[in-house]
Amino acid sequence: MSAPEQCRIIFRHIDEPGYSNDLACYVRHGGYEILKKSVAMKPEAIVDEVKKSGLRGRGGAGFGCGLKWSLLDRKSGKPVYLIVNADESEPGTFKDRYIIHQDPHQLLEGIMITCFANNVKLAYIYIRGEFPHGARILEKAIAEARAANFVGPNILGTAYGCEIYIHRGAGAYICGEETGLIESLEGKRPNPRIKPPYFPAVLGLYQCPTIVNNVETLCHVKHIADMGGEAFSKIGTPGNTGTRILCVSGHVQHPGYYEFEVGKITMGQLLNDVCGGPLPGRKFKAVIPGGSSAKILKFGERFKGKRKVGAEMVDYDWGVEDVPMDFDSLGMIGTMGGSGGVIVMDDSVNMVEALANINAFYAHESCGQCTPCREGSLWMKKITSRMVHGTARTEDAALLKSVADQIPGRTICAFGEACSWPTQSFLAKFGDEFKQYPETKKAAKPAGALELV
Amino acid sequence: MIQPAKPDLVTVNIDGKEIAVPKGTNVIEAARLVGVDVPHYCYHPKLSIVGNCRMCLVEMGLPAVDPATKAPVIDPATGKQKVNWIPRPQIGCGTNASPGLHIRTTSPMVKDCREGVMEFLLINHPLDCPICDQAGECKLQEQSTGYGRGYSRFIEQKNVKPKRTALGPRVMLDDERCILCARCVRFAKEIAKDDVLGFIDRGSYSTLTCYPGKKLENNYSLNTVDICPVGALTSTDFRFKMRVWFLKQTDSIDTESSVGANTVVWSREGQIYRITPRRNDAVNDTWMADSGRVLFKQVTSLDRLTASGSIDALVARAADLLKQGSVAIVGSGRSSVEEQFLTKKLAATFGATVSLVSRVGQGDRFLVSADKNPNLRGALVTGLISALPAPKLTELAAQIDAGKIKTVVTVNEDLTAAGLTASHLAKVSVIFVGTHRVPTIAIAKVVIPSLTVFEKNGTFVNQQFRLQKFAKAVPGPVGATDDLIILAKLAGLAVTDVAAVWKLLAAEVPALGTMSYANLPDTGLLLDATPWAALPFAEGATLHYQPAAAATA
Repeated sequence: MSAPEQCRIIFRHIDEPGYSNDLACYVRHGGYEILKKSVAMKPEAIVDEVKKSGLRGRGGAGFGCGLKWSLLDRKSGKPVYLIVNADESEPGTFKDRYIIHQDPHQLLEGIMITCFANNVKLAYIYIRGEFPHGARILEKAIAEARAANFVGPNILGTAYGCEIYIHRGAGAYICGEETGLIESLEGKRPNPRIKPPYFPAVLGLYQCPTIVNNVETLCHVKHIADMGGEAFSKIGTPGNTGTRILCVSGHVQHPGYYEFEVGKITMGQLLNDVCGGPLPGRKFKAVIPGGSSAKILKFGERFKGKRKVGAEMVDYDWGVEDVPMDFDSLGMIGTMGGSGGVIVMDDSVNMVEALANINAFYAHESCGQCTPCREGSLWMKKITSRMVHGTARTEDAALLKSVADQIPGRTICAFGEACSWPTQSFLAKFGDEFKQYPETKKAAKPAGALELV
Repeated sequence: MIQPAKPDLVTVNIDGKEIAVPKGTNVIEAARLVGVDVPHYCYHPKLSIVGNCRMCLVEMGLPAVDPATKAPVIDPATGKQKVNWIPRPQIGCGTNASPGLHIRTTSPMVKDCREGVMEFLLINHPLDCPICDQAGECKLQEQSTGYGRGYSRFIEQKNVKPKRTALGPRVMLDDERCILCARCVRFAKEIAKDDVLGFIDRGSYSTLTCYPGKKLENNYSLNTVDICPVGALTSTDFRFKMRVWFLKQTDSIDTESSVGANTVVWSREGQIYRITPRRNDAVNDTWMADSGRVLFKQVTSLDRLTASGSIDALVARAADLLKQGSVAIVGSGRSSVEEQFLTKKLAATFGATVSLVSRVGQGDRFLVSADKNPNLRGALVTGLISALPAPKLTELAAQIDAGKIKTVVTVNEDLTAAGLTASHLAKVSVIFVGTHRVPTIAIAKVVIPSLTVFEKNGTFVNQQFRLQKFAKAVPGPVGATDDLIILAKLAGLAVTDVAAVWKLLAAEVPALGTMSYANLPDTGLLLDATPWAALPFAEGATLHYQPAAAATA
């Protein structure tokens, strides 16, 4: 079975020759028409369409977008804020930056529709500090949109007005966690907040009800407002609607970003047919399907169980290649769709060294607020980097697993899971490689092997 | 089955024990009420909740109800309502009691969580215990013994951080010992309203520090040392002086102002090493000012008065002067209630006039009030005075000028500082009962050395008209006598201790009629303030206190 065609909705104009990121080009391609249509609708109707669409958040957790909006505390009388999470920092993920760089007005239109639907008068785009160019593009785009009356007071002649501001981060992964992001936006250290009581929908930015949505999610809102929730829900598979941008990196012939209907393509089709398969003379060894915090999959392992297809329960027996790339299927086999960052490793990779790399990242990015993540992430990093650069012990495998097991579910935010899942899954699937590593190290390195940092 | 509780109470089940607690009580406090310890570091009852230490993770569950009918789901095996346990552990500090909440603090999951957190807290913690001032009162020591695994699996290099950072003049920071609970940060921001502390760097390298150009030098800085659960913050005054397990704790009262913060005096072998606050939710919560913590230094100061002769000889010389009549007494708002009562008896014996020294200064609106007399209210309650003292002793000066006074008895008050000039003092004989060398003693005919507040028993009445007792922490120096005995002897009374004075007090002072020193509660007793409500007291609002005038206005 060959791979389905890409279904480019969000990325329709990405890399299109002649397409530029200015307003004139966007309007020439039908831009802001949907906003014009939306402000003539009732806001509740737009929210209903988004609920009908079944859109799930593209930031990582896959939380229902319509549900998130419906949790907003609208009775408090406080203003409602929208925060666009453009702190795209998950290793292996590079979808939002292309939207921001090449099609910023698509994002702005999605933001304005979302704001109108939820009666938001002020929206912030929190963009990671490492995107200075993206921030400048967005600033310019907002200025253009404001001049054209798409953003600002009384948009398009209506009584409704909404401002959008850019806020640049200062280079911290944890600012992508929504409550950490809110703290950062308030000018504080981005220590994630405890939930309860600080659910953003109730006590978010400045203790007001707040929506935090990913860049890609908000772009989808634009298309839902265009085609209607019902039509959108027919794209993809039930429960996993719409399209998904998959960012493939690592050991494939053609790494890059690809937009497919969710669940219509399997891992094998993606890697072999779309990305051209492994590099010459190599074999796929492992793949992380949803950004570096997602649990790793090992080529050759089988996943068996029952899953719901329509109203029936059907047996499945999948290899890694057979897994459909959607939230639920990846969840069923013990990993996650996450942010869509597919990281491929072939047989040239030593898993201990790969984990050392990932652990170094998470130890560096732990905010340091709560104990298990703060101490556990650095401890795991110290163990793996000692194994690589110092003396590796056979018992380190068991120790690593035990340390990792003490973290998830016990922290303030999901970083606890993010930093421990790689270690847990690497150990579960490649435990032998860790136990044998002291021996492996004694053997000479293959010629041309990269020096590890 | 959980019984319905009163409307403002919710019933929770902790390790099988049911208890009704007020709404808003968190799980740590609720557990405390049934005698279950939920270990914690970052949680402090008087600070906001951040939930960052993760030590108080417990298992929680709610009674199962049928989603459709809302009827309780009964477990057929036990006949009781089923409990839906939450699969992930929850923090006790951040979870308030809700009706029917079930808590497990002894399950394998909770044990594993605590062992994990303890291990994480210890891997980068230095093995400083043998030289650490916190040893003996360290939560990390206590809880690693109580809830830790008891062995180490950590073979990597520990993080290295600064060992001696002076955060301010009185607080020293050892960053390696810090467990990043942020209690001090929250205290500075929320209680002291002096937001100078914060963390720099991130992850396990996070380091506590002052903001650039700022210092932790407010008058409440030492409270951060008290609430630091480990030895990261130490007092520059106390550090390396004494192991805490050698110290005896004596309940006392801060005498620097009429707030009357409750304190503990820590002493060993007759020497005081430090003063810390004692929790009293009606007076000072768990805080006290830095300025009140150094007052014990007066005990051993070089200008302390002692007498070489016997007390009876001194009393006899004083009695000779008193017998001549025309006596004026300068009482003190720093004397205890008992001493003020005896001062009043002394005045009655010799038909003396009584004045009191006013001591009004600046308050800080928190735990130091404008009235620096700790016991002005006591003088009113005992009837030593009936109106507030004048700023200076002008009335007494006029009487001396008019030749009406021959002898002045002063109870630890410096008459020159209180407004009497050398020419006034030259016209009278002065009997000085006091603790320290002050200018007045140069012209005093009789000097009778007495004791400081740390060396005797007694009570004070604070600005709220709360009667609070203090106890003797250390013996007084040789050659100094308890003020009670001095005053009793001068007045010709046969009392020798506080209990005996209280028999007289109860009989003669209606407001204290039913009480005795022994059964006064540790947190004090609020007296009826209405007889004095109209007096223009100097205090402004402080913690847990509104001036009566402001309250009625």
